[in-house]
Amino acid sequence: MIAIFLTALFGLAPPSNTTAYDTPNDGGGSITVEWQLSPDDAILEGYEIYRSEDGIDFKKVGFIGKNRRVYKDETEDGKKYFYKVAAVIDTARAYSEATGGVVSSAQWIDLNKINIFIALLIFGSIILYFIYHARRGKEFYLREIAGLKAVDDAVGRATEMGKPILYCLGLGYVEDIATIASLNILGEVAKKCAQYDTKLICPNADPIVYTVAREIVKESYTKVGRPDAFDPDSVYFLTRSQFAYAAGVDGIMMRERPATNFFVGWFYAESLILAETGAATGAIQIAGTDALAQLPFFVTACDYTLIGEELYAASAYISKEPLLLGAIKGEDWGKLIIGTVLLIASVIGLLTKLPVLSIFK
Amino acid sequence: MKRKFPLFLVFIFGILGIIPFLIPHPVVQNTDDFLRNNLLRILAAFALVLGLGSLLKVHMDKIKRKRQNWQYSWILIISFIISSIIGLFGGVAGTGPLPTSIGSFPFDIQTLYENIIVPLGSTMFALLAFFMASASYRAFRARSFEATLLLAASFIVMLGIIPFGDRISHHLPSLAQWIMNVPNVAGQRGILFGVALGTIATALKIILGIERAWLGGGE
Repeated sequence: MIAIFLTALFGLAPPSNTTAYDTPNDGGGSITVEWQLSPDDAILEGYEIYRSEDGIDFKKVGFIGKNRRVYKDETEDGKKYFYKVAAVIDTARAYSEATGGVVSSAQWIDLNKINIFIALLIFGSIILYFIYHARRGKEFYLREIAGLKAVDDAVGRATEMGKPILYCLGLGYVEDIATIASLNILGEVAKKCAQYDTKLICPNADPIVYTVAREIVKESYTKVGRPDAFDPDSVYFLTRSQFAYAAGVDGIMMRERPATNFFVGWFYAESLILAETGAATGAIQIAGTDALAQLPFFVTACDYTLIGEELYAASAYISKEPLLLGAIKGEDWGKLIIGTVLLIASVIGLLTKLPVLSIFK
Repeated sequence: MKRKFPLFLVFIFGILGIIPFLIPHPVVQNTDDFLRNNLLRILAAFALVLGLGSLLKVHMDKIKRKRQNWQYSWILIISFIISSIIGLFGGVAGTGPLPTSIGSFPFDIQTLYENIIVPLGSTMFALLAFFMASASYRAFRARSFEATLLLAASFIVMLGIIPFGDRISHHLPSLAQWIMNVPNVAGQRGILFGVALGTIATALKIILGIERAWLGGGE
């Protein structure tokens, strides 16, 4: 109280060194204003930011609390703006010097993301290097993935029992990577179904995914020379509604009694409803998702679960195509390199004061 | 041409998907926004027509061939027609030209959604509790070392988060919290790490046309 009284009596100290500049790495429409805190910052209410287009007539454009020194103002690109900052306490104002004129503009490159771009280039180069070697005939070892090894057995079992195979792509959209990976696996499973003449049922929750899935299954049947065996009604749209989809698939499982259920893609809370119903029908169940929250449910209720990246490797693993295997090898090396860099950077960051951790920002 | 054209499109749109991440300029951002929010919606609308057509075809066929439980297909078709008429001509909240109430009994599409679809969805969701119980029973049977470990961890976590756990030992809540915060998060981060790199690799394979299974395989 005394401090406020004395300040009112002897005058309020304004913020100093006020600068304004075009906000970097943005799409324009923004100017950043910075200042040094007023010496009276501790007793202030905050700072008012004033803007002018001619350097004379300033209007208030914003307010920010005390102990803060940066303000981002929304602007119109191409126009010149001048700024002043005022320290505020009650009705008292202490204005800083006005800044020079600043013009905001859109940037073409976001320099903050260059590190990600470089990492992407390195990672991409490693993958392309292994693909190049695969193309030249080099063979690569791929560790066994139990869930994918079981695909053949699962299709064979369905054939022997004369029962269908159910393939669920989940609730993901076509742009989700889990859905794309699932569509890749569907192509390989459909080929096996066509070869063994096993009925495939593929209910879909998204109309675009349905359209793509239908074409994939049709192409797979054609690829193995069985276009006549393709049943256009085997792949169909069910509903977009989450629990209506779960109810619909549960109904299919109870009526058709598939010998094998595939739950591969992006799932939400319906995962356990589907997997438990499938387990109750006695079907072999192979699940795969990168939805972390649903993984425990699938691990519990299914015979095999493809966890995270195993899902992405599945298509290469089933098809055994050298180019795809080369890409998987490249992926593994990429992981090793990035893991090593992370480990070394973490140790250096913890033991020294070098700013190594900032490269990951 | 049949294969090259889709591969060409995927390459172009794949690159167009990466560029807005690095270039903040409005020209690029607005193009990206148009592709994602306008073009994709138009495509989705066409795909929805195809999807609903497929659904009706499957059920019409079921009725025609008198397959198992074919009677239920009538319910779907009749519900589909009625809700389509109400939705198309009655408006979302009964603001269309078709009257959507009889006296004080409204049957506009919003009312139907809130009073039929939502409770039905909730009913299915409620089943999850029972499925969780049966799944837990199977998971917690100590048949192997891993299952025993899971059983022990879950037992500690369950006891640790209820007041009774604190009565047994003051260390139990912090041990439960440690299990959740350290081994659990470490495992999740490991999976996420693989997922992130796998996503990049898969995207690259698809953009460069190496992964073609989505085309149904083949050259």
